[in-house]
Amino acid sequence: MSESEETTGVDDASQSVDGGRTETRGETDGVDERDETGAEPTTTDAQSPSTLDTDATGSETGEYPLRVENLRKTFGGIVAVDDASFEVERGTLTGLIGPNGAGKSTTFNLITGMHTPDEGRVLFNGEDITGLPPHRVADKGLVRTFQIARELSEMTVLENMMLAPKHQRGEALWRSVTPGVRDDVVRQEEELLERAWEMLDFFEIDHLAEEYAGNLSGGQRKLLEMARALLTDPDMLLLDEPFAGVNPSLEHRLLEHVHELREQGYTFLLVEHDMDLIMQNCEHVIVMHQGKVLTEGTPSDIKQNEQVVEAYLGGNV
Amino acid sequence: MGIAETYSRSRQFVDRRPLTHSLAAAAGVGLVLYLLWVLVSQLVTGQLQIHELGELMWDGLMRGLVIGLAGVGLSMTYSILNFANFSHGDYISAGAFSGWATTYLIAGLGRADIGSLLLVGAGGSVFGGALGIGISTTPLAVVLGVVVAGIGAVALSLFVDRTVFKPLRGEDGITLLIASIGVAFALRYLMQFVFGSDVRGTTSQPPAYSFYVVDGWVRVNYHDMTLFVVAIGLMVGVHLLLQRSKLGKAMRAMSDNGDLARITGIPTEGVVRWTWIIGGALTGISGYIFVLWKGTLAFDDGWLLLLLIFAAVILGGIGSVYGAIAGGIVIGLTASMAVIWIPSAFARAAAFAVMILILLVRPQGIFAGRATA
Amino acid sequence: MSANNGGDAGPANSGRVNDVITRLREGDAGLILLVLGGIYLAYIISGVILGYQLRGQLNSIAALTFYIGVFALLALALNLHWGYTGLFNIGVVGFMAVGVYVMALVSKPVYTPGGAAQVGGLGLPLWVGVLAGMLAAALFGFIVALPALRLRADYLAIVTIAMSEIVRFSFLSSEFQQFTLFGNQVGFGGGSGLILDYTQPLEAFFRTFGLWDAYLGFVTAFGSFGPLNLNNPKPIVDSLIYGGVLLLFIGAYYWLLKRTGESPFGRVLKAIREDEDVANALGKNTNRFKIKSFMLGCALMGLAGILWLAVQGAVTPNFFRPRITFFVWIALIIGGAGSNTGSVLGGAIFAGVLYQGPLYLKNVLEAVLPQTNAPNGFGPAVAPIFQSLDPLPFVWYTLDSIRQLQLVIMGLVLIWLMHNRPEGLLGHRKEIAASIDLSRPTRQSSTAAADGGFVNGVSETNDSSANSGGQRDE
Repeated sequence: MSESEETTGVDDASQSVDGGRTETRGETDGVDERDETGAEPTTTDAQSPSTLDTDATGSETGEYPLRVENLRKTFGGIVAVDDASFEVERGTLTGLIGPNGAGKSTTFNLITGMHTPDEGRVLFNGEDITGLPPHRVADKGLVRTFQIARELSEMTVLENMMLAPKHQRGEALWRSVTPGVRDDVVRQEEELLERAWEMLDFFEIDHLAEEYAGNLSGGQRKLLEMARALLTDPDMLLLDEPFAGVNPSLEHRLLEHVHELREQGYTFLLVEHDMDLIMQNCEHVIVMHQGKVLTEGTPSDIKQNEQVVEAYLGGNV
Repeated sequence: MGIAETYSRSRQFVDRRPLTHSLAAAAGVGLVLYLLWVLVSQLVTGQLQIHELGELMWDGLMRGLVIGLAGVGLSMTYSILNFANFSHGDYISAGAFSGWATTYLIAGLGRADIGSLLLVGAGGSVFGGALGIGISTTPLAVVLGVVVAGIGAVALSLFVDRTVFKPLRGEDGITLLIASIGVAFALRYLMQFVFGSDVRGTTSQPPAYSFYVVDGWVRVNYHDMTLFVVAIGLMVGVHLLLQRSKLGKAMRAMSDNGDLARITGIPTEGVVRWTWIIGGALTGISGYIFVLWKGTLAFDDGWLLLLLIFAAVILGGIGSVYGAIAGGIVIGLTASMAVIWIPSAFARAAAFAVMILILLVRPQGIFAGRATA
Repeated sequence: MSANNGGDAGPANSGRVNDVITRLREGDAGLILLVLGGIYLAYIISGVILGYQLRGQLNSIAALTFYIGVFALLALALNLHWGYTGLFNIGVVGFMAVGVYVMALVSKPVYTPGGAAQVGGLGLPLWVGVLAGMLAAALFGFIVALPALRLRADYLAIVTIAMSEIVRFSFLSSEFQQFTLFGNQVGFGGGSGLILDYTQPLEAFFRTFGLWDAYLGFVTAFGSFGPLNLNNPKPIVDSLIYGGVLLLFIGAYYWLLKRTGESPFGRVLKAIREDEDVANALGKNTNRFKIKSFMLGCALMGLAGILWLAVQGAVTPNFFRPRITFFVWIALIIGGAGSNTGSVLGGAIFAGVLYQGPLYLKNVLEAVLPQTNAPNGFGPAVAPIFQSLDPLPFVWYTLDSIRQLQLVIMGLVLIWLMHNRPEGLLGHRKEIAASIDLSRPTRQSSTAAADGGFVNGVSETNDSSANSGGQRDE
């Protein structure tokens, strides 16, 4: 309880930071100065990643935007998640690993509101988001991708992208149909379209823009999904096995994007069961086993932890 | 920390689902109590007599057994082929027509021309009453009619499966559902084309027993009893079949997970065929005994029953044999007994309302978790 | 979008001409004109065979236009539900019924003892009734939608069809036959139906603008116009004008639904159709979108019902049987769910070919073939085949039973479509859900999107490797 009171203040602060960010996002000025292209040799154009978010970088290091406390969920007598607690630090790439059936995906679903926990709570930016419906969770800046990429297959890549930005004026039916008022909608769509194209450029899938999403390869879908999630202006991204079924070269590219975005200030929680990948890329690793958090720490800590080794060898991976 | 915040926070702490559930439960209990109160006060004031109540219940049970028996077939195909078959009602009519053509033929051979008999007296050419059809008067004709009704519906379901549904295997449930609407249209109006649109009387008045219940007589006639015996017998038979045989196991496996069943080597097409055979037989026979019981036959009898059958199947939980039977009886009783509380025009509406309520409160049905058998 | 690209090459002027031609050839407008032209031509030709006088021809055209109108309107409304939002509504007819009955309740004249009508209405102007009917249909949609939208598609189907039957039972019941509302003796008439004894829609419309006398003058002039020379031209002119009104309504529906679809709102609907979880995970409150879409569609169904029945003189509950819902579905599936143009096309084809067509065919055949009496049942029709190899009675019976057989044909068409063309004629056309053209904004295209640039070159190689090696293996 004391924690929740503590974090209330932080909540307000981060909200205002967030709000400010969102406003500057629409206008492309100011952000263009920054050059992020060093990390990505192929995108030498100034415009590519420039409008991506950066303001949150480092300003609140030491803060933990996501805090999970004593989560518990049972399905018909089977305990999927059992008293799991952990935190994710801002601006980090945190990995969540564990053998199959460890409860990683369920934890994800509990955090993002797809399931309601039986016990425990989820705090995001100090705010209790336990049991909120998925769209409210996303609205607060905590956005997920899916284990099996869920592109909207009969929509084009661009339609997929244009769907993502939050609170579009034209999402109100009356604004979209009323003559005159619709001009407003059109104007906003033009702004959003530029951002959508920039994001496609950044992920280098711009040549697929008018393709139906269903025609994309598995890896391209993963790229699309991440690009789409970023267009919602998230604070933090939850990636559910983003590299599953992706070929090595594309995996490399995706990872580069993730690192680049992390440097810009995004926070990532990554579910993955590929140990090596996590160990090489994450600053912090949480290990789950049989619904519980087994241990957490830096990759080197984890590597030396006998329990983890046992869990993996004893488990079915 | 402001008041509003405290409020929203505490509200979030309470998981909302149990709250709505307990509210719904409270409302349900309240409704049941109210209905009981109305019933008791009607009994006390003599507005409704106990034997009348008994008659309504008996009527509802009869209706419910028909719905349940037809529902078993629908439930099986629903869970194994994963689509709501809107042509199921017309399988009932088709079974009834094939069975009754047989009954007419046997009962009326030599007394009317064969064409009229085979068309079940279309256009008023022959009357079932005049032929003296009934379980006590023409038992052989009725028994053979039951058998042919089952065979006819099986043949029809296999034919439709081969020509319509099999090419669509693997499509989503909605595609199959729409195709089944097409089948329903084609079948129903083909039957109207062949058998005409008149509602014909099919039986002569069967003998009846009367039981004295508290304040009056409840009549139970031979056809009531036939329906009861046939329906219960078939239900027990299907239960044993699905419980004891390999087929039942394979069906349960398929309704749980079709892909998995295929991988593990269950001959899925064979299971599908047996599903249609068993479901079709029950459906056709239910159509026959329904007509025997109510004494009339029309081309859209089955279609009019279809939504009630869906109600029963959903109520009982899709894929559950017991569920379909229990759901059928609940729906039958609801449709018959609703007149105690509401105008008779809304009796069917009440049955639908029960279904809608169940879908909202417990969409997996009352007997969910007990897959086929 | 393909039509937009048609005029790229060549000088501006010829480019524009090319553009128009491409649009006609590849676009849907040409197809619609072609189909409509074909249908009307077939009707006129059959009218000639039947020896229809001008009056008969005009009548048949008016009737054809009427049914094309109502089915196109209904298919458009249903397309919003199913094609756009993925809501499997098979209770269309219930929303029509609510619209019509509420309109009648509001607009029928106040009850006068000894009058022609058994029950009265509130006596308000017709347009008030129409608005009230649409509102009531939308509200009824809300009542159905609020709890039912979280159900699986097949459950939603069963709930909606059950609700539409409950509506029919309610209007059939004697309880609502007559009741008192705001001190007026009103009602729904029960099973015997309602006489729609308000001022007829066209008259009400023209009177509102003080044009009634002008209209009557036009009718007289039309009738006495040399080559036409009709006596009592008013019913024909009325129905022709009404057909035109329906076509205008199609335009209005189309306009409204196109704007709805081509907008951020429509984009969310499309996303819900594709995968509701994704829309949710992107922060869209999908339930709100579904309810709005459902209510709008229901209001449009209510209005279409009103337009269908307002000029029929009377309405009975048993008109609203589920089969009409299935008619609308067939129309939508023929045209292609997801496409507004397809909905109009499907409505026209359904009305012209499947709904009215068989009846005309029957008339034509009966006019061509020698006159006899059809046998009164299947038995007498088939018997001569066995007795004397005479198939004619069966042919007559078949023709005579065309009303049933056309429903058989509809069922077979539905099955055929599901097997061979489930997406309909225009189902997978690109109708991009955005208010603007989504191609790359021009001021950037010179730098980044130029073909063959370094950026694209690299990424394409990457992706071809992704294509070959990155096949999904889950």
